[in-house]
Amino acid sequence: MEHMISLFVRSIFVDNMIFAFFLGMCSYLAVSKTVKTSLGLGVAVTFVLLITVPVNYALQTYVLGPDALVPGVDLTFLAFILFIAVIAAIVQLVEMIVEKFSPSLYAALGIFLPLIAVNCAIMGASLFMQQRVQMDPAVSSQAIGGFGDAIAYALGSGIGWLLAIVGLAAIREKMAYADVPKPLQGLGITFITVGLMAMAFMCFSGLNI
Amino acid sequence: MSKLFSSENKEVFLNPLNKNNPIAVQVLGICSALAVTSQLEPAIVMGLSVTVITAFSNVIISLLRNTIPNRIRIIVQLVVVAALVTIVSQVLKAYSYDVSVQLSVYVGLIITNCILMGRLEAFAMQNGPWESFLDGVGNGLGYALILVIVGFVRELLGFGTLLGYSVVPQWLYDHGYQNNGMMTMPAMSLIIVGCVIWAHRSINKEEK
Repeated sequence: MEHMISLFVRSIFVDNMIFAFFLGMCSYLAVSKTVKTSLGLGVAVTFVLLITVPVNYALQTYVLGPDALVPGVDLTFLAFILFIAVIAAIVQLVEMIVEKFSPSLYAALGIFLPLIAVNCAIMGASLFMQQRVQMDPAVSSQAIGGFGDAIAYALGSGIGWLLAIVGLAAIREKMAYADVPKPLQGLGITFITVGLMAMAFMCFSGLNI
Repeated sequence: MSKLFSSENKEVFLNPLNKNNPIAVQVLGICSALAVTSQLEPAIVMGLSVTVITAFSNVIISLLRNTIPNRIRIIVQLVVVAALVTIVSQVLKAYSYDVSVQLSVYVGLIITNCILMGRLEAFAMQNGPWESFLDGVGNGLGYALILVIVGFVRELLGFGTLLGYSVVPQWLYDHGYQNNGMMTMPAMSLIIVGCVIWAHRSINKEEK
């Protein structure tokens, strides 16, 4: 339990998807113009992460890992193809389920759901999970040793991403009134803002839980 | 042969290198661009891998473009790209293990690199294999160009080396010059890319 909480907090602040690993940058920059839409995307990403990471965890432990399926066979090299197929299928499935059972949520998430299939944060979380499965939980605070850990990691990463995109959107809304040099406007200044935010988040790296 | 190198094809190849650069103008594929550039060598390897993968996935999808049903095209594209990325990742592991360890998950993340999907959707689905190949190589090199610039600045200022050879002379250190540890942090790559975009936009505006 303690390990799960530490994993959760670490993945929000220390191993933040955006500020430490730059994952999901494309949609992060494209959709962070207003707080409202960025909140929608953030929720959608968290939601999809929460489903794909545990599913890929099961896949990694019971099918792909060394000796998992057939003794003496290591199928780890198939991970890329399987993970991306799982992600694409789940995104499609989630889209259909949400559309059927909660049309209001579907309308709110709208175009973001299909875009998430190619969001690097989702794929990245699965690949990091694969790396962390091989670590020893007794030694490393980043290790993922079971389903609970995988879920805690997925939730933490999603919330960290949500926090980052909403923060940037809030800053960009205010920045509309600032006097920025012409060539730097838009993308350039956004990058520099994210850089400064990342520096602020670096303070958390000393956090010891 | 003259048709293969017509001026239109030259345009297709050269446009993404500068005027329509995937990173600076279209803002695609940023994630890996930022993460692998703390030194020059992984930046070059990453740029080349992406070039190879964009070129060949463009060719394959362009050959298949009339047979892929429209509704499942994204999954077909993802599978083609994932297969190519798997090959590249295995080759990297076999021939330059150190770099592949340094790149870690970012090789796998080429699959979700927006440059690939963007080019497949926007170009390879409408054009023939040869044009698609040129477009893929052009975009890959445009991406590699930015990576190399960022990697160059960060390694030079952060470690005082280039490709692992130290280039800052000893007498500078003796006079109190110090490596800027800040440059090795992830945050600085964002700021450098921001400055590259700034420079790129102000130069291109003058041309118009």
